[in-house]
Amino acid sequence: MAKFIGAVEINKDRCKGCDLCVVACPCDVLSLEPKYVNDRGYHYAFDKNPDACIGCAACATVCPDACIAVYRMVNPDYKPNDK
Amino acid sequence: MKLADIRRPENIVSCKPRLMNDKNMHYCPGCSHGVVHKIISEVIEDLGMEDIAIGIAPVGCAVFAYNYIDIDWIEAAHGRAPAVATAAKRLNPDKMVFTYQGDGDMAAIGTSETLHAANRGENIAMIFINNGIYGMTGGQMAPTTLEGMKTSTTPYGRRVDLNGHPLNITALMAQLPGTCYVTRQSVHTPAAVRKAKSAIAKAFKNSMEGRGTSLVEIVSTCSSGWKMSPDASNKWMEQNMFPAYPPGDIKDVTLNEEK
Amino acid sequence: MTSEKKSINDSMEDEVRLMKGNEAIAHAAIRYGVDGYFGYPITPQSEILETLEAEMPWETTGMVVLQAESEVAAINMVYGGAATGKAVMTSSSSPGVSLMQEGFSYIAAGELPALVVNVMRGGPGLGTIHPSQADYFQSVKGGGHGDYHFIVLAPASVQEMADFVGLGFDLAFKYRTPALILADGIVGQMMEKVVLPPFRPRRTEEEIRRQCPWAVTGKTADRKQNVMTTLELDSYKMEENNERYQRTYKEICRNEVRYQEYMTEDAEYLFVAFGSIARICQKCIENAREQGIKIGLLRPITLWPFAYDRLGELSKQVKGMLVVELNAGQMIEDVRLSLKRDIPVRHFGRMGGIVPNPSEVLEAFKREFIQEK
Repeated sequence: MAKFIGAVEINKDRCKGCDLCVVACPCDVLSLEPKYVNDRGYHYAFDKNPDACIGCAACATVCPDACIAVYRMVNPDYKPNDK
Repeated sequence: MKLADIRRPENIVSCKPRLMNDKNMHYCPGCSHGVVHKIISEVIEDLGMEDIAIGIAPVGCAVFAYNYIDIDWIEAAHGRAPAVATAAKRLNPDKMVFTYQGDGDMAAIGTSETLHAANRGENIAMIFINNGIYGMTGGQMAPTTLEGMKTSTTPYGRRVDLNGHPLNITALMAQLPGTCYVTRQSVHTPAAVRKAKSAIAKAFKNSMEGRGTSLVEIVSTCSSGWKMSPDASNKWMEQNMFPAYPPGDIKDVTLNEEK
Repeated sequence: MTSEKKSINDSMEDEVRLMKGNEAIAHAAIRYGVDGYFGYPITPQSEILETLEAEMPWETTGMVVLQAESEVAAINMVYGGAATGKAVMTSSSSPGVSLMQEGFSYIAAGELPALVVNVMRGGPGLGTIHPSQADYFQSVKGGGHGDYHFIVLAPASVQEMADFVGLGFDLAFKYRTPALILADGIVGQMMEKVVLPPFRPRRTEEEIRRQCPWAVTGKTADRKQNVMTTLELDSYKMEENNERYQRTYKEICRNEVRYQEYMTEDAEYLFVAFGSIARICQKCIENAREQGIKIGLLRPITLWPFAYDRLGELSKQVKGMLVVELNAGQMIEDVRLSLKRDIPVRHFGRMGGIVPNPSEVLEAFKREFIQEK
């Protein structure tokens, strides 16, 4: 169990579906919406696997449109000896 | 643990910077400009320079930079940003004046203004977006276009015998005694973005400390011009742009001062 | 050049000095409280930059003086400085002013107050370093792209060179429109007596923020961001911008037409001339009147806005007009547009740096208006 747990919040209206956050995420949290598009016609990013997020903010750091907010906190269930 | 419990204000580690407004940027998906705009906004916020920052926008894709970063801006004629910045800074020495220029603006039409402003050691910072192509006008050859690279005006690849050599203006600028800090960065990975942000912060601080001209080149992509996906563009940049324009500090006089 | 430094409090209002027109511009700029001068050397106006560098106003008034790497850079420095609300100026001569035209267009579109001095030399091309008035069209009809005007002041004496610096800036700030002093190489180079204007302090930051709320001075919490841009891709908004410029220009045309008349009360013929050649016409008129020929002179002081109305009035009074210029015939087009009555309007001009003397002008007048009868 990871020490930190995280969550992302994606402004899907602002997203242009460039895929860079998906590539940057080390935990395979993100994906581009395969079917639906936003008002501007982009297949926006979403957290298809939210439980895997560790809040590292790699996605938000590379996002060119600043559409991702990242939250992080210490996992209340974390025990130092866990592997 | 529910998502709502994690998504509390006290847990935010990254979000859209306050100085970046809600307007949708006109840049293509995956464009490096957006990342650089974001880290410039963050640096100005972090350094508390909001009320003293004056940006000089170029002609090129970043012509509308002033629409996205909520500080005072002057939109310059093509290539003239360093001249505009020179006067803005000399007449307002307590302001933090920086230019934001593309490769055409800085290394073709504005080479004279760029070199002379740096050679005078104007206390300004220059952010230089180098993606080796003219994005706004539709993908024509830039002075920094690589040999063999295809653009709309070099449809069979840049030929040195026809088009001359790629211009490494950052290396040229480092030779001028007026520059205090010359560095080449990129924004294609989280680590690279963080380094580029530190470099921009250093450049902005230098301008207020009167050290001379700072130049931060950001080796960038142009997915539309290069006709690749954003991710493929990043990989192409690493393989092709980095050998010609290797990232790293080229000159930093502050290091000598610390010794 | 002998000029002892005077502190701001120690100014002498009626201090008569002997100097070149170019030098007078420099001294007047310092005394007016100009914030910045950016220029590139070119004959016949280099004394402006030289005088400023010798006077070192950055140590007294705090004025910035910078020798730029080109006229292109200099005019863009003016654009950048003016965008921050400062009173900034440049100077050059014809080929250099051609290089600045892109910047002129931006400064006009940005509605920026600024002052440019063109001490004209003969063209086209590299031309000659000798005096000329061949940049009339470029100055009053717009040399750069788009619909715009500079307020154009044409000095005929060293005194006016000094006075028009302040007048130019006053008008530029009043209307948020750049001003141009269109001098010629004679006025720039000749030495005359001049009474320099009194020293006045440069505006403070607070005064600039009050006077120029649009200025790019750093976004403080009490206002929205200020952006100096001339780009507007929305055609309807761009048309609105143009309509706003044109409203300003109309107001300037209503309020700011300036000219000087000499012996027009009883004139049967009229000379129309601006700048140094107007003074030669004045002497010519005195000679003509000794021979019983009643000629008067209208000297436009503002070339834009132009004295259309007054010339129209005079066209009802005189039998003919001779437009005397140091060019192939440029202002004559505006004179012809002024006419309210169909009278002959002829041109006499010398080019290439030649300046005619009064008797040459009188001969030309007689050739056009007396001998043809």
